[in-house]
Parts: sequence; structure tokens; C-alpha cells
Amino acid sequence: MHWYVLKRLAVAPLMLFLFSVIAFALIQAPPGDFLTSYIAELAQGGSSLQQSQIEALRRQYGLDRPIYEQYLRWVGSILRGDLGISLEWRRSNAELIGERLLLTLALTTGSLLFTWLVAIPVGIVSATKQYSFVDYLFTVLNYVGLATPNFMLALVLMWVAFDRLGVSVTGLFSPEYAQAPWSWARFVDLLRHIWLPMIVLGVAGTAQIARVVRANLLDELKKPYAEMARAKGLPEWKLVLKYPTRVAIAPVVSTLGWYFPQLLSGGLVVSVVMSLPTIGPLLLRALISQDMYLAGTIILIFCALTVVGTLVSDILLAVLDPRIRMDAA
Amino acid sequence: MDERAAPDAPRADQAVKAPGAGAAAPEVEAADAPETPAAAATAPAVYVAPAWKLTWWRFRKHKLALVCLWVFALIALVAVAPEFFATHDPNATAASRAYIPPQTLRVVHEGRLVWPFVYGIEGQRDPRTLRMEWVIDEGTRYPLRLFVKGQPYRLFGLVPTDRHLIGFAGAGGRDVPHLLGTDRLGRDQWSRLMYGTRISLSIGLVAVALSTVLGIVLGGISGYFGGLVDNVIQRLIELLQALPPIPIWLALSASLPRSWPVERVYFAITVILALLGWTRLAREVRGRFLSLREEDFVTAARLVGASRRRVIFAHMVPSFTSHIIAAVTLAVPLMILNETFLSFLGLGLRPPAISWGVMLQEAQNLQSVVNAPWLLIPGLLVIVTVLALNILGDGLRDAADPYST
Repeated sequence: MHWYVLKRLAVAPLMLFLFSVIAFALIQAPPGDFLTSYIAELAQGGSSLQQSQIEALRRQYGLDRPIYEQYLRWVGSILRGDLGISLEWRRSNAELIGERLLLTLALTTGSLLFTWLVAIPVGIVSATKQYSFVDYLFTVLNYVGLATPNFMLALVLMWVAFDRLGVSVTGLFSPEYAQAPWSWARFVDLLRHIWLPMIVLGVAGTAQIARVVRANLLDELKKPYAEMARAKGLPEWKLVLKYPTRVAIAPVVSTLGWYFPQLLSGGLVVSVVMSLPTIGPLLLRALISQDMYLAGTIILIFCALTVVGTLVSDILLAVLDPRIRMDAA
Repeated sequence: MDERAAPDAPRADQAVKAPGAGAAAPEVEAADAPETPAAAATAPAVYVAPAWKLTWWRFRKHKLALVCLWVFALIALVAVAPEFFATHDPNATAASRAYIPPQTLRVVHEGRLVWPFVYGIEGQRDPRTLRMEWVIDEGTRYPLRLFVKGQPYRLFGLVPTDRHLIGFAGAGGRDVPHLLGTDRLGRDQWSRLMYGTRISLSIGLVAVALSTVLGIVLGGISGYFGGLVDNVIQRLIELLQALPPIPIWLALSASLPRSWPVERVYFAITVILALLGWTRLAREVRGRFLSLREEDFVTAARLVGASRRRVIFAHMVPSFTSHIIAAVTLAVPLMILNETFLSFLGLGLRPPAISWGVMLQEAQNLQSVVNAPWLLIPGLLVIVTVLALNILGDGLRDAADPYST
């Protein structure tokens, strides 16, 4: 068990290193750099920079150095906890990302919990009451959920809320709390706004995971040990919850590794539509304006969160399923 | 596939039925029963049928998947000949005709059932808000006409013609009704949707074709050579699968120069989508390869002295092509959704290209949706297409599995 966890822990930094290279390559890919787009922007506004000023800026941002040196400088400063300065906003990236990251995590985790809390019971009911109404309903929901782009769902729900209830459900805070420091009232306000994006984000995954639980449970229920327990007179609900369910849930935990990045990615689009103050819209803006260090840092954060998600799911799975521990040892 | 298999269908059915013991055999078939040894024994055709035929027989029993096949065929037809279905020039703008609501096709006029028609509309400016209000003018009616003459074009890019599927009698120039309304710039949504189908569907198909080639080559190499090569490729796949896809796609598409022409952006987007999309297929191919290698019939073929090449191409490939087709079918809708996401966020295809995602960009915020809900219609088409392809793919996958019931 310890070996397994240690092995997993050892792989994580390697993954992070590779991801940092990928992230850096990605932000270097656009032709030109921030300064070229900045100069173009200034030119549009009718002003321009002296050649010497451009050179000075280029030197100041380290844009004149060779690529690997820029990469090392970037990674080095991140390792020292300095996320750099946004070229566009002229503010430190940490400041820009800080609260948004927190809200992104809150949204993603909330959505994940919503998914599990709904999907697992529904999966159990669908399996034990196969071909019942609930079962069919979730089959249909699964297909529709998979086919609906989540921004579409967000738009439709926002429209319905506006049309029927007359409320605008955008953002994560009421206007009076948007810029306010954290307080209990602000937290309550957040809870009153976050549930809708949480559900929007979780719907497709919920149907999917319910199907996984259902399929696994159906397999388990046919096994001799279940028959045996039934023969010995164990009440059905007790039997189902005590043994097969535990086996059926294990793969759900392992899906966390891919479901988590999916949620993060999906949250990006939903956030743009619902104008949520999360990290997604910031990334979009940074990419469009070629604010490379901000964009790179955000991509790296996304990757790091994914690595953490995978790590957590690997460890949880080892705790749940002894076979995996044995294999690795 | 459909056209080729269809003529065989009755023959196959007879073969299954004819030698059967009375009328019971076809009933069992229809009831979605597993192919029990008893049923197989009475149907010699099953023994000699090639793998794809068995797959098709099983697939045919899945009625919903069959319906989805037809839905997809219809959408594909629109994609190859959008000009035939369009009623307007998809890029023609008319500022004075912005945000016209859909002019629905009606069949009841003055309480009587009549040939489908559309009411005319009239624009009035609200004196207070200065907003254009479109009201139905029951005085003018435009009856639906089929196969009307219109703008000349080349059908399938080859046959010059000027026939369009639908048109309206008595409507000329600016008055031609807009079946699905117009957008911010007064462009006809119905026609844009038809042209958008071409790009959205083809981008999905091309991106999947690219990732299939990558997936089969790399997955095949991985499964065939094993050892170090396998290890390296598998780690690469794991790395790519662990990347959060949308941020990576966004960053890649953001790096495309703004000055690129539409066709080049289109091609670049397919490459970007395929870049992360091949991993799943590669896994599938490798997994199949590994498990098939252990199958009895492969061992048997090897034992009777078939060459390695023959074992692979005559025995292994036929038994996994249906799986690959199913996996590919399931990959297409994902690609379509991804293109929609990218274009919706403004980093995928850009106007003047028309795709479903580009169209949905018009409905990006609450105001536009509240003012003009019909701008969400392209989203419905996305849902229908993806739904059809997913069900179709699931049907194929079940049919392709020789052990399925």
C-alpha cells in the first residue's frame, strides 16, 4: 500500500514537468509575442511606441532571450511561488488568479459531489429495478445529456429563469457582494448562486456515471455470492448495499481521473456563458490577447489540478480495492 | 453500408426462417433473443455468413439504431448538398430584416385544412423603444412549393442546376419567408443551418478520419511489437489523456494566425481536434489486437501454417473492423461537440465560415437569447445529430460484439 502510494507520488512531478513543457510550448506557439499584439493595439488607438521603448520592454519581459532560457526563468519563478505579472493587466498573476481559482475549485468540487450524490443512488435503483420507469428515464437522460453541449443547457436554463421567474441567474454573486471581502453573508450569497452552474456542469456526468454504476451492479448481482447471500435469507436491500454496491462503486472512483479534467474543461465554457468569475473566462481573454505568461500559468494550473485529481483517484481506488494494491506491490 | 446490405436482407431472413422448425424460429429472432445453438443449428446461413453480415443482422434488430441510421443519412444528405435545401444566400445580410422570428409552416387557414403555407410578416417600429416588431400579416399567404427554380448552383459540386427543394409561390426578392427566422444581420437561419451542417459534419468526419489513421497505426504498432515501443506509446497516450482538453484546444486554436484564410483554419482545426482525439482509438485497437491474439481461431490459423500476414489480414482484421467502425461512429459526435465548443468561444472557425458553433455564437449571452430564442435552433440540430450518432454507434458496438446477447 505504501509502496503503491509512493510510486504514484513519484510519477506526479514527472507529469507536472512534462505538462509545464507542453504549456510553455503552447503559449510560445502563436506567431509574434505579447509586444507585437500590444503594439498593434496601440496603433489602432492612434499612438505608437519608440523603437527604443519597444526594445526596453522586450528586455524587461525577457522576450529577447532564447526559448529555453525563457522557459527556465518561467518555471523557476513559478517554483519560487512567483506566478509572474500579467502583461495585459499589469498586475500580478497570483492576484488575478487567486479568488477565481478558489471559486473554480468550489464549482468543480460541488459539481462532482452533486454528480456522485445523485448518480450512485440512481444507478443502484436502475439496476435493482431494471426496466422500470427510473431505469428508462435515466437511459434517455444519459443519451440527451451526452448530446447536449453544456453551454446550451446553461443558456436554456438562464432563459427559462429570466422568462418565467424574471430573475437573471448569471454570475456567482449579487452585485453588492461581487467586490466585497469574504464574510458569512457573502458566502451565503455564493451558495445561492452556485447551485445552478453546479447542476448544469454535472448533468451529463451524472447520467453517465449512473449508467456505469448500473452496469457494474447488474454484473455483480448475478454472481454466485449474491445468490448465496439471498439463499441464506439476507434481506435484498441489505445484500445489495453491503456487497455488490461496494464493488460497483469502485470504477466510479477510478473515473475521477478523467472526469475531473472533463469538469474543469466544461466549467470553462459554462463560465463564459453564465459570466462566472472563475478561471475560465480569464484564460480565454489571456489567450486572445496573447498575455502569454498568464495563459501559460492558467493552463499549468489546470494540468496540476488534473494531476492531483488523478493522484487522489488512484489512492482512493487502492484503499477501496485490495486487488490494485496487490498488483502494484 | 446500408445500400449494400439492403438487398441481402430478405435473403438472409429467409435463410434464417426457411429451415426453421415451423413459425417459431422467426419469432425468436424478432424477440431479440440471443443466437442460441438451437437457432443456429436450424440456420446454416449463420455458419457461412461473413463477420460483417452477422453484424448487420444483429444491428437490424435494434430498431432505434436503425431509425438513427436514417436520421444520420438525412443529415449527411444535407451536408453534401446544402444548396439544394437552402432558400436564401446564407451570407446575404439585410440590416432592415434583422431578428425576424421563424415564419412557421401552417396547414390550417380559416378553420380549413389547406396545402402548407406561410403567412407574410410586416415590420413595425415600436415608437417608445424603437425596436423593430415583426407581426404576422394574415392577408398575405405564401404557399409552399417543392422543387422550385432559384439561384443556379452545382449539385454535389458537379451537376449545374437551379432547382431547390423548397420555395414559396408569390414571394420574390426580399419577401421570401424565413422558415427559422433571421439573425442579428438579417441572414436567413434555415439556409445558414443547411450550410453549417456541411462544415460541422465534415469537420467531425475529417477529424475522426485523421485520428483513426493515427490511432490504428500507433495502436497497431503498440499491440504488435509490444515491449518498449508499446510502453512508450502507452505512456504517451496516458499523458495526452490526462491533459484537460478544452484549455489545450483553446491555446492551440488561439495560436492560429488571424490572417489565415477560411480553408486553412478549417484544416488546422481538424488537425488540432485529431491531435488529442486519436488516443482513445489507439487504445481500442491495441486492446482488440491483444485479446484477438489469444483467440482460438487465431491460434488455429497459426497452427495450420498461415503466414503472419495472412493471420493478421485474413483473420484478425475482419473480426475487429466492426469494432473500429463502432468506435469511430462514437468518436464523430465528440468531435462535432468539440468544434461547437471552440467556435462558440470564438476560437474555432470564424465567419464567414458557417458552422453550428459559429451560428451559436450569435446566442452567446442572455440578452440575445431572450430577444431571439430561435438563435438556439442550431443547438437543437447539434443535439439531434450527436444523439443519432451515439445511438447508432452503440447499436453497432452491440452488434459487433460476437458474445453479446
